[in-house]
Amino acid sequence: MRAVVRTAAAAATALALLLTGCGGGDGGADGRITIRFQSLAWQKESVDANKQLVKEWNASHPDVRVQYVQGSWDSVHDQLLTSFEGDEAPDVIHDASDDLADFAYGGYLADLRTLLPGRLTADIPQRSWRTSTFDGGVYGVPFLQEPRVLIANTKILKASGVRVPTPEKPWSWTEFGQVTKKLTGKGRYGVAWPLKEPVSVTLNLGLSAGGELFHRGADGKVTLAMDDGDLVVPRTIHDQVNTDHSAARTALGMGGGDALPGLFGGKYAMVPLGFSYRQQVVEQAPKGFEWTVLPAPAGSAGLAQGVSPQTLSVAEDSPHKKEAVEFIDFLLRPANMVRLAKGDWMLPTGKEALADPSLHTADRGWATGVALAGALRSAPAQSVRGYPEWKDKVATPAYQEYYSGAIDAAELRKRLVKDGNRVLARYQR
Amino acid sequence: MSMRTRRSVRAGQYLALLCYLVFLAFPFLWLISTAFKPAPELGSLHPTWIPHHPTLDNFRAAFDEQPLLRAAANSLIAAVSAGFIAVVIATPMAYVMARHRSRLSAAATGWVVVSQAFPFVLLIIPLFLVLKYLHLINTLWGLIMVYVVWSLPFALWMLVGYVRAVPPELEEAAAVDGASRLRTLVSVTAPLLAPGIVATALFAFITAWNEFFFALVLLKTPEKQTLPVVLTHFLGAEGASDLGPLAAAAFLATLPSLVLFAVIQRRITGGMLAGAVKS
Repeated sequence: MRAVVRTAAAAATALALLLTGCGGGDGGADGRITIRFQSLAWQKESVDANKQLVKEWNASHPDVRVQYVQGSWDSVHDQLLTSFEGDEAPDVIHDASDDLADFAYGGYLADLRTLLPGRLTADIPQRSWRTSTFDGGVYGVPFLQEPRVLIANTKILKASGVRVPTPEKPWSWTEFGQVTKKLTGKGRYGVAWPLKEPVSVTLNLGLSAGGELFHRGADGKVTLAMDDGDLVVPRTIHDQVNTDHSAARTALGMGGGDALPGLFGGKYAMVPLGFSYRQQVVEQAPKGFEWTVLPAPAGSAGLAQGVSPQTLSVAEDSPHKKEAVEFIDFLLRPANMVRLAKGDWMLPTGKEALADPSLHTADRGWATGVALAGALRSAPAQSVRGYPEWKDKVATPAYQEYYSGAIDAAELRKRLVKDGNRVLARYQR
Repeated sequence: MSMRTRRSVRAGQYLALLCYLVFLAFPFLWLISTAFKPAPELGSLHPTWIPHHPTLDNFRAAFDEQPLLRAAANSLIAAVSAGFIAVVIATPMAYVMARHRSRLSAAATGWVVVSQAFPFVLLIIPLFLVLKYLHLINTLWGLIMVYVVWSLPFALWMLVGYVRAVPPELEEAAAVDGASRLRTLVSVTAPLLAPGIVATALFAFITAWNEFFFALVLLKTPEKQTLPVVLTHFLGAEGASDLGPLAAAAFLATLPSLVLFAVIQRRITGGMLAGAVKS
């Protein structure tokens, strides 16, 4: 029995000793300002670039220390919401523009209009600023963006004899449908659409055909309406999967990375993916695999497509807003923006950074991506309140059923518009 | 039932059990396989169970990219502490609830069951505010408190069952022999409860070891983050992931639970009560 008591006492002592080292705190009171910068960088090159820039800032700004905090894309919304509610939010917040609306309208983020330096405001185009502008206020600095491109197997493309598109002469959506049929052969599909998240892909690419779906009225209220332009992209995908079978049905439930083995193995000739997926292609492709980056097809609005850029925001409750914006300005100097863009395999939003010669190389499709930058627009729905609910409850199942052939275009339209307007109305009373 | 029929039924049972075991083991075996595959094999259209060119590169990359050891140490501190404290608190409570049945103990049991239905998101903001008031945000102390509170109801429920399984006759016999109440509890009841206490501690440990959301929200600085939080740093937007290092790190994260199970499994299933009472 004594042994049991001794063991319990020893365990309790050990626990107490361990826990004495657990206490937290925000650091010493040496008079220096400390800014917490929560970054969502996750690829090694990107994390390295961010940490290096923080290091450089700290070396040159002894009075304003930046503390790098690693966040995660997977759960950033819930984590930030809780932090805001508890007045514990980081000073500088990395997020995506389509996640900002709730925080901006909720008063959690600082309106940056009067804080931003003229250089940064002028360097980033208006169309990018629009992605982080809510109710007239600017709640984030858009700095990295990612168009959707076609990553193609060069050998299959060449062997088929199809015209290879360029940003200057892209495929039309009709031509794209014809090409995928031509690329389809025994045991091979012309294209695989990884549509685990079908809504943003469909809406963003839909801009090229003039599809907007969300229409803001004079009273500021948003309603859903679906015209022919909104149906061009969904119909193309639907027909590829269900009519001419030039798109792999099995890919519909996949995430982007899941479709890569099929691309490498010659099962798919092309896969529409985000620009940053090139990094995974470089890393995972078997030796000798030849690939190229092609622009997404164009419609009546050319190569336009919607994007939700990555943004840097400042918490409304931050006592060091001025310093936080100075740090953002440092982080987004053209040369630094290029470093961040390369680390994330994305495009910078800044005009000067986009002009950097190192991004204008044909190697790994950089030049194709840069050529698309001018056509990128704010994603159609990102400032619409109620969009997340519409996306999850209405649009995702409706698009999934339409793409799999379970419902027709009329039913898709009915669900997206009729059911969707009911959802939006609740948010706009 | 004829002998042949009985054999067929038995064979069917074993087959079903085997299928179930394969189903359970598949994700873990695939995780191990992925952890040792080089990048090109991860992108293969025809993946194999055994990597053609097994490599430790994913493990190197995982350790190189994220502070896994520090995160594992934080997880270990939080999980061991939560398990220990939960058991220390729950054991006497369970004893009282099991031995002194009253309306209060019935209500307490009911509350325990109901409390398991609360979703995390409902609790996190009030919890966050309470911990902030106590200056326990971004401390392992705060996280441990949450884990104890979170695992306590179920721990209590488990232990009540174990206490009820200890025959009261044993305690009565000890009392007849002149043992004091405390002596009876310490010398007779506690040793018989040991498997239950170990099982409950293990439950609380694993709950805390795997827990992600509270740790994500409560811990702000990288030095304090636990392993499940650090694992998400291998994930990008829209489901993109650094698959090799993620699998390597996830494999390492499962090891402590497996080792712990392997070590104490016999104590849980050993049936220490066997033969305690003559029938």
